[in-house]
Amino acid sequence: MKWRRVRAITVKEALQIVRDPRSLMIALLIPVLQMFLLGYGISLDVKHLPLCIYDRDNTTQSHDLLHHFSASPYFDVQAELHNYADIGRNLDAGACRLAIVIPTGFSKGLADNAGGTVQALVDATDTNTASLAANYARVVIAGYSAQVQLDAIQSRGGQMQTVTPVDVRARVWFNEDLISRNFIIPGVVAMVMAIVGSQLSSLTIAREWERGTMELLISTPVQPMELMVGKLLPYFVVGMLDACICLALAVFWFEVPFRGTLIALFVTTGLFLLVVLCIGYYVSVAIRSQVGASQVALLLTMLPTTLLSGFSFPIDQMPPLVQGVTYLVSGRYYVTLLKALFLKGAPWSELAVPILCLSVYAAVMVVLAARAFRKTLD
Amino acid sequence: MSEATANSIQAPQIMVEDLVKRFGDFIAVNRVSFSVHRGEIMGFLGPNGAGKSTLLRVLCGLLHPNAGRAMVAGIDVAQDPEAVRRRIGYMSQKFSLYNDMSVVENLRFFGGVYGVSRRDMQDRLRFAVDMAGLSGREDSLVGTLAGGWKQRLALGAAILHKPAILFLDEPTSGVDPSSRRRFWELIHSLGEEGVSVLVSTHYMDEAEYCNRIALINHGKLIALGTPQELKQHTLDGQLLELSGARISDALATLSRSTGMHNVAMFGSTLHALVDDAALRIPGLQAQLCAEGYAEITIRRIEPSLEDSFVQWVGGNK
Repeated sequence: MKWRRVRAITVKEALQIVRDPRSLMIALLIPVLQMFLLGYGISLDVKHLPLCIYDRDNTTQSHDLLHHFSASPYFDVQAELHNYADIGRNLDAGACRLAIVIPTGFSKGLADNAGGTVQALVDATDTNTASLAANYARVVIAGYSAQVQLDAIQSRGGQMQTVTPVDVRARVWFNEDLISRNFIIPGVVAMVMAIVGSQLSSLTIAREWERGTMELLISTPVQPMELMVGKLLPYFVVGMLDACICLALAVFWFEVPFRGTLIALFVTTGLFLLVVLCIGYYVSVAIRSQVGASQVALLLTMLPTTLLSGFSFPIDQMPPLVQGVTYLVSGRYYVTLLKALFLKGAPWSELAVPILCLSVYAAVMVVLAARAFRKTLD
Repeated sequence: MSEATANSIQAPQIMVEDLVKRFGDFIAVNRVSFSVHRGEIMGFLGPNGAGKSTLLRVLCGLLHPNAGRAMVAGIDVAQDPEAVRRRIGYMSQKFSLYNDMSVVENLRFFGGVYGVSRRDMQDRLRFAVDMAGLSGREDSLVGTLAGGWKQRLALGAAILHKPAILFLDEPTSGVDPSSRRRFWELIHSLGEEGVSVLVSTHYMDEAEYCNRIALINHGKLIALGTPQELKQHTLDGQLLELSGARISDALATLSRSTGMHNVAMFGSTLHALVDDAALRIPGLQAQLCAEGYAEITIRRIEPSLEDSFVQWVGGNK
């Protein structure tokens, strides 16, 4: 490999990037846009769920319970209904996701120490939201029953601090929207890097074919490895700029705590960027059209990073076969590393294995991408 | 021209033997053989699709030949295309420089990939810019240049590294006549410096600038020689030009005349190939007169390359 030739190609590619400021702006703005869209858009927290209530008991106690619901940030009471048919209509129309029915005799049950029952009707078309809604409802009701117990003990002259219902605390993390975001943002960074990296490099070889400059380029003594290194270097710089933007947004805007070291962060990010750049380059070599290459590169990087990296779905809950497949997804290692760095501040000893995996992955992709290119028109 | 002097002056710079290139069932180059010497300008003449570009691409190592042998600068192209690429310059048929880069940026890039040393670069850049007549426009984006300038710049980029052999694929297509003339002057000066040039064209008039011409049709080499040789020896007879009113109607009659080898439309005139011009002109005039073509004039002309090409292609069918 001759550095003279690598340098010539790098300078040429960098010039072409600079000459096309629109694409450069897109390359730098899209990550910001994606960070905001995905950072705010993807949230495991559910707030302001529309709620309908049907109070058949209509006593102080039932009013007290319903007050707990309306005071909760997770529910917005939409309507007070007076029969089951109306509940069905409201659920069907999507006017409410959850309906709480307090049966007659609710307060009597409480007073008799027999316990009161409450019916919750959930719209489960979106199972995730439905289970969250049911959980939130349980939390609210648990809070209410804790208060009832407290009142009962107090009225018998017992001590206040002895009563602390354990099961209520177990659900508390759902209430803290910050925790969910901290968990998601590192994954969003990985996704944005996968998209940007592969998109940048997927155009580079296809563009030479489309513009007719490839024939002359391959008639020169330039070597496939020189061509790849020369072409990817400027995109690596752009990609690292994007990474800095994303990571800065994660820390300073979304206020995700960062507990690891910067050097570890940049080493892992550089490795992951190298992997996705090589995937994009490989696709660009194989598919000689810019549109086609960018589509395929998007599918090959964004999809696995979204679905199989452990970013949106926990890997240990996947079927064993799919779990096996995730080892082939570079995003898996990067997401693991990012979460370890951001949330845990894990030491090098814990990072070593995923970093090694990502390094091997990068080395294999570099070789594959460089060898894919053949200097021939055949 | 260090590579050129490394080889013996007598040894051909390009030697092609029974070269075959197929694309599926289509034979683009069919058992072609020829050789080109140092400083020689050899033209490939033939219609579009004759196989000229394919042949040049095989010689540049861009396409792998199916059979036969192609030696460029003493190296077998199929065995070591990289070694060949270091010694050649190539201008592809389609303009292949970067339109979004300036004149100097393009030249620097090609100088870099051809490994022109940093010490020589400034001199070579100056030379290429002067040769292309682009002094003062060094920083213009290539996309804004007119066709003739683009082509000269592409030639400049191809010779930055002082190759011993140049392959030019229709370098003057789409270029105005005065630019074409200037371009050929450049090619000639390169030839005088000892560069072997293989240039393809479908302009008949351009072919006359070459030292030797290879006529190519349907992938086959159908004739090879100097322009003069091709014109003299390929035509078996003497050429007459017939012009006048309703000349095309006379074609059928004339083809049956005695001593007539061939007659064909040639623009708005007829070209007739006869065994002996002096002997046949009076007879033809009488024949045409008798059939009512009184206003037709007949004169003997020197054959052009196009005549011999038509003749060769006709005989080849």
